[in-house]
Parts: sequence; C-alpha cells; structure tokens
Amino acid sequence: MSVILKTDKLRVEFTSREFRQATKTALVSLDLEVNAGEVFGFLGPNGAGKTTTMNVLLGFLPPTSGAAYLFGIDVRQPIARQRIGYLPEMTYYYKFLTADELLRFYAKIFGLSRADTDKRIPELLKLVELEHAARRPIKSYSKGMQQRVGLAQALINNPDLLVLDEPTSGLDPLGRMKVREIIERLKNEGKTVFFSSHELGEVETVCDRVAIIHQGELKAVGSVEDISAGHANLEQAFLKIVGVQSQPLP
Amino acid sequence: MNKIIAVAGVVIKELYRRKDFYVLFVLTALLTVAAGAVNFFHDEKIVRYVKDICLLLIWVSALVIAIVTTARQIPAEREARTIFPLLAKPVSRAQVIAGKFLGCWLATGVALVVFYFFFAIITGSREQIWPVGMYLQAMWLQWAMLAIVIAMVLLGSIYFAAPSSTSTISFIVVVGILGIGSHLKTIALQQAEPMQFILTVIYFVMPHLEWFDLRDFVVYDQTLVSWMALALATGYAVVWTGFFLFLAWLGFSRKNLTT
Repeated sequence: MSVILKTDKLRVEFTSREFRQATKTALVSLDLEVNAGEVFGFLGPNGAGKTTTMNVLLGFLPPTSGAAYLFGIDVRQPIARQRIGYLPEMTYYYKFLTADELLRFYAKIFGLSRADTDKRIPELLKLVELEHAARRPIKSYSKGMQQRVGLAQALINNPDLLVLDEPTSGLDPLGRMKVREIIERLKNEGKTVFFSSHELGEVETVCDRVAIIHQGELKAVGSVEDISAGHANLEQAFLKIVGVQSQPLP
Repeated sequence: MNKIIAVAGVVIKELYRRKDFYVLFVLTALLTVAAGAVNFFHDEKIVRYVKDICLLLIWVSALVIAIVTTARQIPAEREARTIFPLLAKPVSRAQVIAGKFLGCWLATGVALVVFYFFFAIITGSREQIWPVGMYLQAMWLQWAMLAIVIAMVLLGSIYFAAPSSTSTISFIVVVGILGIGSHLKTIALQQAEPMQFILTVIYFVMPHLEWFDLRDFVVYDQTLVSWMALALATGYAVVWTGFFLFLAWLGFSRKNLTT
C-alpha cells in the first residue's frame, strides 16, 4: 500500500518574543504515515499539536527540523498540494465572492481547464446542495451553507487526499451527516481522508485508523479496534492514553 | 501566470465590490467640474493654474487609491484567514505577491484611464486642443511610478500588521520623495558633514519618483518627451518594482502566518 502522507521526525519549536525568548516545543519528532485509501483520524486534546501538524503539512509553517511529504513531495514545494483538498475548521473564504466565483477562482489556481470547471462546479454545488445560492455572495450565507461551500472548494480538484480540520465543528446534525456522507463517499471512491476531530464517536464510525497525539508526541497509532481494545469505547481509550481519568459528577 | 492573474482578479473584484471605485468616480466628477470651469476665466494663466490643480488632484487620488488598496491586501488576508485556504492550494507565496501587485496595479491603471479620459475630454472641448500623445506619455509614466509605489507598499504591508501604519508611512515617504527628491542633492551641498554625506547617499539610493512627473509638460503644452527617455524611465521603474517585489517575497516567504 502506498504512503500518501508522511512525516519524518517532525519537530516544531516556537520562540516567544516575550518571556526572554523562551522556546516552546509544539511537536517532538513526529513520525506519521497515512496510506492510500484510508480514512485517518488525527486526535488529541487542545494544544496537543494537531493544528501545528496540519500547518506544516499544508506549508503554512516550516518545521524546525525533520520533514513532511505529500505524495512523496516535500510539503515546502507548492506542487505537493496539487492533489489535495483542504477544509479549514472555520469558513475562511472571500465573502464578497459568490460560491460560483469562489469555486472558479480555486479551479484556476489548480489549473483546471474551463470545460472541466464548467462541468465540475454544478456537480459540486449539487453535492453540497447549494445550487439555488450559487450566485449569491457568500457573506449572505448561513454558517452551515458557508461550511458547505468550504467542502465544495476542498473537492474542486477531485483530490486524492482530503485534509479536514475539525470538519463538523459548529455544524448542526444535518450538516454533520452531510460531512459524514461525503467522507464515506470519498472512501468508497478510494480517496484518502486525513482529519482532526474532537468528535470521538464520529471518528469511531468513519475512520480506518487513528493517531493520538499529546503534548507534541505521538502516543498511539493503529486501527480503531486496536486502540479501543480493553476499553468501553474509543473515548475511554483516548482519555487513558492522554492521562485523564473520567470521573462522575459530584 | 494563470495563478497570478486569478489572484489579481480577486483583488479587482474586491475593490469594486467594496465600493472603493465609487469614491473614484466622485473624485472624477469633481475633477470634471473643476476643469469645466476653466473657460469662464478667459485668462491663460488661470487656465493653466486650474489644469495644474486638476492634474495634482489626479496624482493625489491615484496615490491614495494605490496606497490604501495595496496596504490592506496581505494584512486583510491574514486577519480574515483567507490566506490559509489559498496557500493550501498549489500556489507559491511569490505568486500570491505577484498577483496582489498585478491586481492593485491594474486597478490603479483603470482609475488613471478614467481620470485622464475625463481630463482630456473636458480640456479638449474647452480649449480645442487634443494633445493625446502627451496625455498618454503622462499617464504611462504616472502608472510606471505607481508600480514602484505599489511594490513598496506591498513590502511595507508584510512587516506592518496594521494597514493604517503602512498607508501613513508610505504616504509620507512618497510625498517626501516627490516633494524634495529633486532638490535633495542641492540641499545636501548646503549641509555640513556628516549630514552632507548622508543626504547625498539618500539621493543616490532612493527611487526618484519625481522623474515620472510630466504635469508641467501637460500644463504648458510642451512637446513630447523623447521615446528613449520614456523607455529609460520605464526600465528604471521595472528595476525598482522588481527590487521591492523581491524584498516583499523574501519577507513573505519567511513569515510565519499562523501567529
């Protein structure tokens, strides 16, 4: 099975301008491999290093040492992102554009031909149920609609790897169901999905494998069944791995 | 190149959807009225004076549009975090910088065309002269000068987080260069050392934006500037623009955008 996403002894340190140039280590020698065709959940409590890892993978942040690769290409090269789709946690899009214009803009960035763009955009708008609002500015959309535009833009290039950062955060149950449906569909198409989430129930449902990161270190990696073995569910396993015991309310 | 054009297209769309261009048209209307009044005075000196004021207004308006529009590009992308979905695509930071520059430069170019078009129509209809060549030369050199200014402001916007700081500093620098740039060498000669040395060095290392100013040629109906001089000035603008864009790319490529 080919490796789509790989990190090799990835280390990220931040030097604070305050506190006499104190250094904070966000990632400690992270080694991670995601295989083609799997849905991979990246879990960890707040501040564990999930977002930092994503930032390195997407080229927003250079690693202090080590390296990360997408499709075997160093993530510092823009071409490494040619076959990926990215859905950020929040709706960070040009809100003065319409959904149609936004998708056309990203299609141009991916170098899609006009014919492919004209075919792809209606398909995506139908998939995320936004055909009726395609020519309205994004700023007039509800949060759920904006999140669905995000999903459409993440799929514009028919990516082989989809990177989702807390994809269901802030969505209503219908929105969550839609995201789950799309992940399932991509999985059936043989695509790879890498996503971070706090929704452990959801992770349990859709993921083939998960990794748990805590304080910048990889604590566990394996199938959901392997990690949950000996525990009531994935949540209990997660709490044990990160060193927190659930306690009943007083 | 398509990626750069795509980024530039978004800059232009944002500009006219934010209604910045309406301000431009109000200014153009004011300009038209001012120039339209020229014939009422029947005095050649006053005619020239009013034309001079109109051209000054064109310069100030174009500078305001160029500086204010450019100064907010990168900071706004960072603040709204729209930079992240963009950089998650196969686009380099150099292409983003080039696209932002191109968008701002084309937008100011459109503004200049509108300004000069109105200026030419009104003065032409009143004075019955149509120095189209001179207008084109004046407009081209002003646009070339604005390329340097836009690249400089883009560089400033990488380091100053607030667009207002970048705009203010850029405006002071540009107005300073335009105002005293040509006199700086003379001023330097009147100073004692080490000030004489410092001012002389500044004179030789600063971009001479005032060399692109053909307003007096337009006002006094002078003959066309030689094409060689025009080509040299264009080359000079290309070098300075390239230099500032290179520095902007250098700063942006090393910038941690996540903090």
